[in-house]
Amino acid sequence: MSLAQSARHDAGGARDGMPSAGKPALWVFMGVVTVLFAQFLHAYIVRMGYADWQRLPTLPTVWLNTALLLLSSAALQWAQVAGRHGRRAGMRGGLFLGGVLALAFLAGQLWLWRQLTALDYVIASGPASSFFYLLSGLHGIHLIGGLVAWGMTIRRVGHNDVTADGLLAVELCARYWHFLLALWLVLLGLLFIVPPATILAICSSA
Amino acid sequence: MAYSSAEQHHEPHSFWTRYVWSQDHKVIAVQYTITAIAVGMVALVLSNLMRLQLGFPGRFAFIDANHYYQYVTLHGMIMVVYLLTALFLGGFGNYLIPLMVGARDMVFPLLNMLSYWVYLLAVLVLMASFFVPGGPTGAGWTLYPPQSILPGTPGSDWGIILMLVSLLIFIVAATMGGLNYVITVLQARTRGMTLMRMPLTVWGIFVATIMALLAFPSLFVSGVMLLFDKVLGTSFFMPAIVSMGQALSYKGGSPILFQHLFWFFGHPEVYIVALPAFGIVSDLISTHSRKKIFGYHMMVWAIVMIGALSFVVWAHHMFVSGMNPYFGFFFATTTLIIAVPTAIKVYNWVLTLWHSDIHLSVPMLFAIGFISTFLIGGLTGLFLGNVSVDIPLSNTYFVVAHFHMVMGVSPILVIFGGLYHWFPKVTGRLMNETLGKLHFWVTFLGTYAIYFPMHYLGILGMPRRYYAYDNYAFIPASAQQLNAFITVAALIVGVTQLVFLYNLVHSTFRGRPAGSNPWRATTLEWQTPETPPGHGNWGAEQPEVHRWAYDYSVPGMAQDFVPQNSAVAGGGDDHDQTVVKAAPRRGRKKT
Amino acid sequence: MALAIVLMALVAAAVLFHFLSPWWLTPLASNWGQIDTTLMITLAITGAFFIAINLFIAYCLIRFRQRDGHRAAHDPENKKLEGWLTGLTAVGIIAMLAPGLFVYAAYIDPPADSLVFEAVGQQWQWRFRFPGRDGRLGVTDSRFVSAENPLGLAPNDPRGQDDVLILNSEVHLPVGKPIKVLLRSQDVLHDFYVPPFRARMNLVPGMVTHFWFTPTRTGRFEILCAQLCGVGHFNMRGYVVVEEPAAFQAWLGRQSTFAHGATRTPVAATGAALPAQGKLLAQSRGCVACHSDDGSARVGPSWKGLYGKTETLADGSTVQVDPAYIAESIRTPNAKIVHGYPAIMPPFSLSDPELAALIAYMKTLSDKTVAQAGTP
Repeated sequence: MSLAQSARHDAGGARDGMPSAGKPALWVFMGVVTVLFAQFLHAYIVRMGYADWQRLPTLPTVWLNTALLLLSSAALQWAQVAGRHGRRAGMRGGLFLGGVLALAFLAGQLWLWRQLTALDYVIASGPASSFFYLLSGLHGIHLIGGLVAWGMTIRRVGHNDVTADGLLAVELCARYWHFLLALWLVLLGLLFIVPPATILAICSSA
Repeated sequence: MAYSSAEQHHEPHSFWTRYVWSQDHKVIAVQYTITAIAVGMVALVLSNLMRLQLGFPGRFAFIDANHYYQYVTLHGMIMVVYLLTALFLGGFGNYLIPLMVGARDMVFPLLNMLSYWVYLLAVLVLMASFFVPGGPTGAGWTLYPPQSILPGTPGSDWGIILMLVSLLIFIVAATMGGLNYVITVLQARTRGMTLMRMPLTVWGIFVATIMALLAFPSLFVSGVMLLFDKVLGTSFFMPAIVSMGQALSYKGGSPILFQHLFWFFGHPEVYIVALPAFGIVSDLISTHSRKKIFGYHMMVWAIVMIGALSFVVWAHHMFVSGMNPYFGFFFATTTLIIAVPTAIKVYNWVLTLWHSDIHLSVPMLFAIGFISTFLIGGLTGLFLGNVSVDIPLSNTYFVVAHFHMVMGVSPILVIFGGLYHWFPKVTGRLMNETLGKLHFWVTFLGTYAIYFPMHYLGILGMPRRYYAYDNYAFIPASAQQLNAFITVAALIVGVTQLVFLYNLVHSTFRGRPAGSNPWRATTLEWQTPETPPGHGNWGAEQPEVHRWAYDYSVPGMAQDFVPQNSAVAGGGDDHDQTVVKAAPRRGRKKT
Repeated sequence: MALAIVLMALVAAAVLFHFLSPWWLTPLASNWGQIDTTLMITLAITGAFFIAINLFIAYCLIRFRQRDGHRAAHDPENKKLEGWLTGLTAVGIIAMLAPGLFVYAAYIDPPADSLVFEAVGQQWQWRFRFPGRDGRLGVTDSRFVSAENPLGLAPNDPRGQDDVLILNSEVHLPVGKPIKVLLRSQDVLHDFYVPPFRARMNLVPGMVTHFWFTPTRTGRFEILCAQLCGVGHFNMRGYVVVEEPAAFQAWLGRQSTFAHGATRTPVAATGAALPAQGKLLAQSRGCVACHSDDGSARVGPSWKGLYGKTETLADGSTVQVDPAYIAESIRTPNAKIVHGYPAIMPPFSLSDPELAALIAYMKTLSDKTVAQAGTP
């Protein structure tokens, strides 16, 4: 994702006394993605209220993937903390591990798709199924975008000591990962965990 | 951002890096503008073809019903999204934001360049739909399912798919650009440029961009889901349907859900187009009437209020859609409330003229023309927003006349005004004034000729999106004559735009040299050391701002304007108590 | 200066146009006079603003035009004036909104004793259903829709058996009685719009929408579709005949019920009346949405000069348009597609007499003949 790259452009040149543009830009971007998913979930909850709603089974893979994403996010947090304390090896290690775990999460999601397809839950087989593929796919695309930024960050922090803009890039990666983790947890809750009746009760009372 | 540290700001040297793969906001702005005008000309031709059928039904054999609906659809979609949105944000926003806030460039130049190229890709995908089997979609620009993806609508295979893909690509482009504009306004203002000293143009574009970032996701969601319904057979918006005698495999979806999502984008979209126009026209009026804008603070708050309120009015497009009827009370009320800040803006524009010194230059003509047409469009909005009046008028020509007045022609007049106004800064040359006046008069009077009578066809009950009105007893024969008249007016206006294009091209190379500040304006873009501004805009040192953007005709000053970066004592800040209070003292009166 | 004069001229022209325009509301034919009143209130208030602001601009353009030695005033902010204007606008808004909301409250509250009937939309025709003697409409579902059961009534629902089906595009209603219209669509969005009634509502597939009105005037009114529904949208016509209650009851009594096989328009005409019957059929079954009778291009081939013509098909072969071909094209439209036209026509199930009537009508539109007259 070009955001991180642009952030790099900017990191060195932040105007005196002004915070870098990368941070607010990431906040705004996460705001946009939040609105995007909020709209999807709005549609999802409306549709859930119809009589023919049938939820997907919660396969164990779901939990495995969630754990992978959690660990991925934790690894990036580790990288960020290590970077702040000037520990270059820790920063690089955490960053690398975080990315690998994210890749594992994506592979796990694909595996989950295959398992569900094998159980005849294909994209057009029902509204819950359609929404699941749509939402998990879109979440995955955002994570892939994050991985592009991650790849650039890896290249940047690979060669030299911890620099201000290198650290900033790691921090932005970590923040975006936490955001995607939180987003996944919301999706997990709405798609698999919280009973539809509870969701509808909350939403209709609000 | 500091220019000094800039490994990133190599002055580009080759033709390619300077004009094609450029990361300079000014070049990108010109690229956006040229592309938008080009695609706008396509949409203009489509509208004239449409009018040919309506004015002289059956006379032009190649316009059959299929083609007619394709023209209607593409005309609307191109004008709203690919012309107006792209031109105001990508064109004007790109050019003016950095210059007006005193920045060297956008904060993310690479992202800015990508935004343009992705936009161009969206345009090309859309244009490609003219050449696929079945042609472009004819579902109307609202793309309402189930109709948009079923046979019985032209282009319901390739056409609609390309349309949706193009929209999704456009949204990516708009998001990339939007991030840039917002962060640039927030982070890259030069010293002394407080938010409440920004020109209203920047305010309008800034708020419109935030709205775009919040509203486009909704279009993205509806677009993706509709695409899934079309391509993958999901049933998000598709209930059980018997289409053309065949039962389809769709089941349980809700067409009204699409309308909610669409208009949650669609109504803010109106203001995404309108707010930059409001901002620009405020600055045109103030500059060319040599008087500070009336009620600057109120203007800023009105922009912010309109932006916020426009997110809670969307269902006034759906009063007869079959949605829960009780929503009607809420949305009618919010819609009419939004009229208050909008009316305030109109009052402030006309009050700015009071005791002013009006220079009727071409940009000013367009600005005044805008007030008049926007007034009609705004007032007729009160008919359609007021739920019970909307019931007989909805989906008639009254609606067509209303939205063309309020968000079609009015913003276009502002775009013209803005182009005539800033052209000298972009090229260093003035546009030809005689041709400009001709362009204005025909366009402005044509607007009235086309749309004013159209309201009455709507009151009569003529439905919109009709290919022909044969043998409807309630429509008098005279309505057909009126339609022919409207068509002739539309053709004249359409052809006149060629005069504008000629003027644009001719003046770029042959126009009278303009000097750096031909309108004697206060805002920063007119104070650049070079005209056109060089790479990095400000030469060695960024300007320092000492005052707000509206110090016109300050008593005691030799000239009737004081540039924002002028350090002389006096001017609006001193004379005007409210401005003094609102503007923090940082960086002021250093001299 | 010119602009000021033009603005004043535009205001004058607008006012004149308004009072002289022959294009105005259709004469009201329902109880919704209040909607018209609200419209007039809105028009008066907005008209006043339109005139005042344009004239104010014109005045400023003349009075404060650029003159040598003149300089603009440097007004301070004027909060008081802003406050007054905001207040005035708010009053204007309330004056429009308040009556509007009262009317709307009535609009969404159909009287309990309304006569109920159902309008069913399908690309591009209208059909109707009245509850039978039991006063209740039977259940419908899209999976029951077929050529024999075009409205998709559940065959086993006892409440539906006595439903009166109107399988052509003309419906009759009694004058002076509140009518609640239930709206149902089988394919895409439509909108039931009769301009003189003012009231209207969308038809949404997958749900039943409704609105109500009381016809106050007898006559024959056009039903228009006012929600883009595909390429035949502009020709999706129907008629409402408002008549005295007795006449209405007599008309209703002549219609067939679901149980009695009400799936066809009766065709009894012969000889000279046959083409006229065919023309009615073409209108009532929605043929005219796609096939013109004057040679103009629509979705499908025009019927003018069609009979006896040699058509080129999509696969390059040719066929003469004779009764057998016409019958096939109506009953299985996609069997042979004429070159240059999309394969989108739905199969229609017409009886042999109906078919004969249609063909007789087509013959009148063509000066050609078929050498060997086939039988349909």
